[in-house]
Amino acid sequence: MTDFYIFLEFTLLGLLSSGVAALIALSFVLVYKGTRVVNFAAGEVMMLGAYCYYTAAALWHWPPVLALLAALAAVAVVSTCIEALVLRALAGQPTISILMATIGLASLLHGAVEIAWGQDPLETPALLPRMPLNFGEVMIPGAAIGNFLLAAALIAALVAFFRYTQTGIAMRATASDPVTAATLGVDIRSSQRLTWILSGTTGTVAGALIAGAGSVSPALASTALSVFAVVILGGLDSVAGVILASLIVGWLESLTVGYVGGKMRDVFPYLVVLVILVVRPHGLLGTREIERL
Amino acid sequence: MRIGVFFETYRGEEQLWDSPAAKAWLALFALAMLLLPWWGSDYIVAMACIVGIHLVATLGLNITTGGAGLISLSHAAFMGVGCYAVSWFARWGLPFYLALPLAGMLAALIGMLVGLPSLRVKGMYFAIATLAAHFVLGFLFREWTPVTGGPRGVTIPPASLFGLELTGDRRMFYLIYACALALGIAAANLGRSYVGRAFIAVRDRDISAEILGVDLLRTKVLAFMTGAFYAGVAGGLLGYFYGAITSEYFTFSLSVFYLAAIIVGGMGRVLGSVLGAVFMTLVPECLRLLSSATSAWMPSLANLLLPMGQVVFGLLIIGFLILEPHGLAQIWARIRRTFHLWPFRT
Repeated sequence: MTDFYIFLEFTLLGLLSSGVAALIALSFVLVYKGTRVVNFAAGEVMMLGAYCYYTAAALWHWPPVLALLAALAAVAVVSTCIEALVLRALAGQPTISILMATIGLASLLHGAVEIAWGQDPLETPALLPRMPLNFGEVMIPGAAIGNFLLAAALIAALVAFFRYTQTGIAMRATASDPVTAATLGVDIRSSQRLTWILSGTTGTVAGALIAGAGSVSPALASTALSVFAVVILGGLDSVAGVILASLIVGWLESLTVGYVGGKMRDVFPYLVVLVILVVRPHGLLGTREIERL
Repeated sequence: MRIGVFFETYRGEEQLWDSPAAKAWLALFALAMLLLPWWGSDYIVAMACIVGIHLVATLGLNITTGGAGLISLSHAAFMGVGCYAVSWFARWGLPFYLALPLAGMLAALIGMLVGLPSLRVKGMYFAIATLAAHFVLGFLFREWTPVTGGPRGVTIPPASLFGLELTGDRRMFYLIYACALALGIAAANLGRSYVGRAFIAVRDRDISAEILGVDLLRTKVLAFMTGAFYAGVAGGLLGYFYGAITSEYFTFSLSVFYLAAIIVGGMGRVLGSVLGAVFMTLVPECLRLLSSATSAWMPSLANLLLPMGQVVFGLLIIGFLILEPHGLAQIWARIRRTFHLWPFRT
């Protein structure tokens, strides 16, 4: 029976950790769906958000919720600037230009954060209470459950926003066909700006959750790259796909780390990416791209 | 007074160096480079060697990405393959003039392994596939200890030619620049052959190119393999130059560095590779010199050197993309035209 408990523990840990991964993946997907940009700077935006949260919560001693709101506001401003100054200027350019622009942004933000906060890990106050829970022989850290619930609530709120509010519907219209949306009176510029803000704030919540579980350091940004596994498996433009894929990848990763060894954690996401791109490039629920001349 | 270059034959249009003046300047430049180990200080020669290695790798990426439009984020990993290959070939006693091309071919073979399955997808998806391939190869470099030496790395015995050991920067300089020159001329000639034109057709609109009779799969794989070959040779040169190397060198940032070099230099042009490689290698050096010059007044600046470099790197990429998408090669062309047409303005 202990084998089964170990399996159950890894399964639960994996599924619970998928909440934060889904948030990071969502911050990729929102931007790709809305503006057809694969945002390599998503990890750095997330890191910036985490550092803002740290500054407000640890240095200014604000209560965690207020600190998170301050971080969200700061990242919203930064996202707006990024969209207006860089991506708007490059609209309609070839893929490589947009890809390199986001990589350049990543480098710029990374350097700026290191100049402002230094390279050492900084102890960050938790956003949610840290307490381990015991279910019989299965032990689960409390932060994992709290993170998962918060992430799930946020994702549910986002889905509801896109489905029921007028702004959300306008954003979906912009995503599926900007020209038609503009003809029908949708302000596509503000839609796209809002897309970037939403993506940045989603990333910030994820960053604050990860930072709150321990410390924040510049290495946080590189975790975002491994979320490509989730994004590609789910389909680059599918919100439902991301939720499904993050559960699958989180579970598989936890099992791989548990049974094969911790070193596999570095390479596992990329193996998933390669396999998916060869077998089913548009992912589980993404739309298959049809090209016309 | 010369106001332009005119041709009367197609052969004239196709030649690599278009005017007598350009030929004269190039000859002068080549002479200065040839004599560089005599007039340059140790520092200048060492920098020139590093620039030369980066130049070879950049030339390759400019064929894959600038020529055929396949975004490769695994260029540094192919350099790693070349470097490890050379370390083994050198241990088996192969001379460098066999080891370097073989290392390039091995890298091209690995490139084909990566490229073939990835070619089901294109554009951004292809870039992500190469990104994944980079990290998988990097993982192999770190963990496959019997072959790569793991984190301790490998040592490479110095190259030798007719009993003359190519040790020291001044001797390596000639090896590196001989390779750079040969591969640079090859890249320039590729651009005027059927293959090079097929690359450009695939880059601009791959479906149209296929309708025109270009074999898409073969062309794309060939472009990817050519880039990997250049990277493999550059990695081999790197191994000979440093003598010992670890997996730490072949990071994702190095792949990004080469992409940045072709963007800053100018995509799809050999001159762009040259200018980009030189510029992107010298910018961090200038920053370093600047900070050591000002360290007397602001000692804290030295700690900020690395992040400052990142900020400048990011700003350069974004700045060039927005303000001068055709890169330094275009700026150079504009300067040339200004001089040609002076006192008239375009």
